[in-house]
Amino acid sequence: MVEARGVVKSYAGIEVLKGVDLTVTRGEVTCLIGPSGSGKSTLLRCINHLEKHDAGELRVDGALVGYEARGHKLHELNDKQICAERAKIGMVFQRFNLFQHLTVLENVTVGQVKVKGSSDEAAKAMARKLLARVGLDDKEKNYPSQLSGGQQQRVAIARALAMEPKLMLFDEPTSALDPELVGDVLEVMKDLARSGMTMIVVTHEMNFAREVANTVYFLDSGVIEESGDPRSVLVNPTSVRLQSFLSKVL
Amino acid sequence: METNGDTSVKVVPVRHYGRWAGTFVALVVIAMVVHTMFSKVPVTSGRKICYLANGHKICTVALHWRFYWTEVGQYFTTSDVLHGLVITLELTVLAMVIGIGLGVVIAIMRLSHSRLMSTTAWTYTWFFRGTPVLVQLAFWFAIRDLYQNLTIGLPFLHVTFLNLNVNSITPFIAAVLALGTNEAAYFSEITRAGLIAIDEGQTEAATSIGMTRGQTLRLIILPQAMRVILPPTGNEVISMLKTSSLAMTIGVVELFGATTNISAANFETMPLLIVASIWYLIVTTILSIGQYYLERHYAKGALRTPPPTPLQRIRRDVRGILAKFRLRPKQIAMIS
Repeated sequence: MVEARGVVKSYAGIEVLKGVDLTVTRGEVTCLIGPSGSGKSTLLRCINHLEKHDAGELRVDGALVGYEARGHKLHELNDKQICAERAKIGMVFQRFNLFQHLTVLENVTVGQVKVKGSSDEAAKAMARKLLARVGLDDKEKNYPSQLSGGQQQRVAIARALAMEPKLMLFDEPTSALDPELVGDVLEVMKDLARSGMTMIVVTHEMNFAREVANTVYFLDSGVIEESGDPRSVLVNPTSVRLQSFLSKVL
Repeated sequence: METNGDTSVKVVPVRHYGRWAGTFVALVVIAMVVHTMFSKVPVTSGRKICYLANGHKICTVALHWRFYWTEVGQYFTTSDVLHGLVITLELTVLAMVIGIGLGVVIAIMRLSHSRLMSTTAWTYTWFFRGTPVLVQLAFWFAIRDLYQNLTIGLPFLHVTFLNLNVNSITPFIAAVLALGTNEAAYFSEITRAGLIAIDEGQTEAATSIGMTRGQTLRLIILPQAMRVILPPTGNEVISMLKTSSLAMTIGVVELFGATTNISAANFETMPLLIVASIWYLIVTTILSIGQYYLERHYAKGALRTPPPTPLQRIRRDVRGILAKFRLRPKQIAMIS
């Protein structure tokens, strides 16, 4: 589903990703762990084309992200084409980023109506179904500011799911939450994983990674230090870096 | 503390001596203002009024309202004044339409990734903010000294989109153009402030569900920026209403021009100044009320509880004042 080969990204001359390889299979949950500043979020944002990678090859569902190969040249896609690509990839942010001026229901319908071109009724029906799934069907008339962080994050998940994505990206979805609210959000994510959604999750929740992930990647200073089955990577880390990282977070 | 087995004690509220003194001073000032506004003074001509009382002829100097309320009433709704008022409103609306339309474009240009676009926008703002609006008015009025024909087209290529004979620019059009282009400079800054006040996460979230840049701006950023943009915009509209009186200097007979024309003919300067002032106050009051409700509308989602409407607030204030005058119920505090 996602293939990264030697992906490089730098900001203002500083290399944040130094040639990252990553393979995500359809229907699998992949967790990216690592210290802050290691490039986990940047990798996620490159996959969604929120950032443009500088070198390397990045494919989502076989297609190059942001480019189209025609003959021997790579043509950069225009704004509209990139948007169409992006709509198929859901993203959940650390700070929720719900649209503050729209109600919960409108947050979930606006993309369906304006991007997918669904009818109002179809969008509402879909939104209500998704809100019920994340346990917030009684909050549809509320504004985001009236919800707790955990509730907002679940609405954000529903908003992303409403676009019927083939891939879901989670950028530290529980890092901005009070500890007692983390559980609800993780529960929704586990449910999503069970339903067969392909997910890439940047997280500090090691228990979640161990329990749900099929593959774990440990990033440090822009390179993948270690990867593999969470039960072996998280329990018997081979690299010194991962050992010291785990000793700090567990 | 001894409570005699009773768990309640009387609470003595704080005495606000300073606030009481201030209230007293304010009351005196209000009384003075009201008194002078509705007092009468002898007419300057010294004209006397005589009448018979019990067979005796009594004469006194005639009085008139210090603030010429009688004359104000006479002129208040004359057709010249009302016509001037309409011109003032037209100037304000048209200039604001140009100002807002052009201002939004300039603000978006200013935030463009293209260096040329943002510099062009910056230069526009620099020029129109950097010269007095009175000078700009005179400039547009005298534009025929610069151009005989205003032509919009491509330079060097002899392509013309629009050709305007400068003589068809009436003082009214000159005023609309001057006030509108000047307002655009200010409004672009207001809009820019509103746009950059919105968290980048909103753009990212909109982008991540596949919205184009235009959709993001139109559906997500601008509606939220409105909350920041509206209060200063209300200010600008009110300011424009008053600034439009400068158009009088290039011969537009708007409200102030109309009242000035009348007083120039009959020397009743003060009554007509008061007439103009009251009309300006009436319109600004209506605008302020409209602004309040607009702001309330765009505050949705930003505040957990919307602010009260003015009516609700008046009711609450009245209730508060009544409660103050009512005998204070014995205040009880539980001692734990």
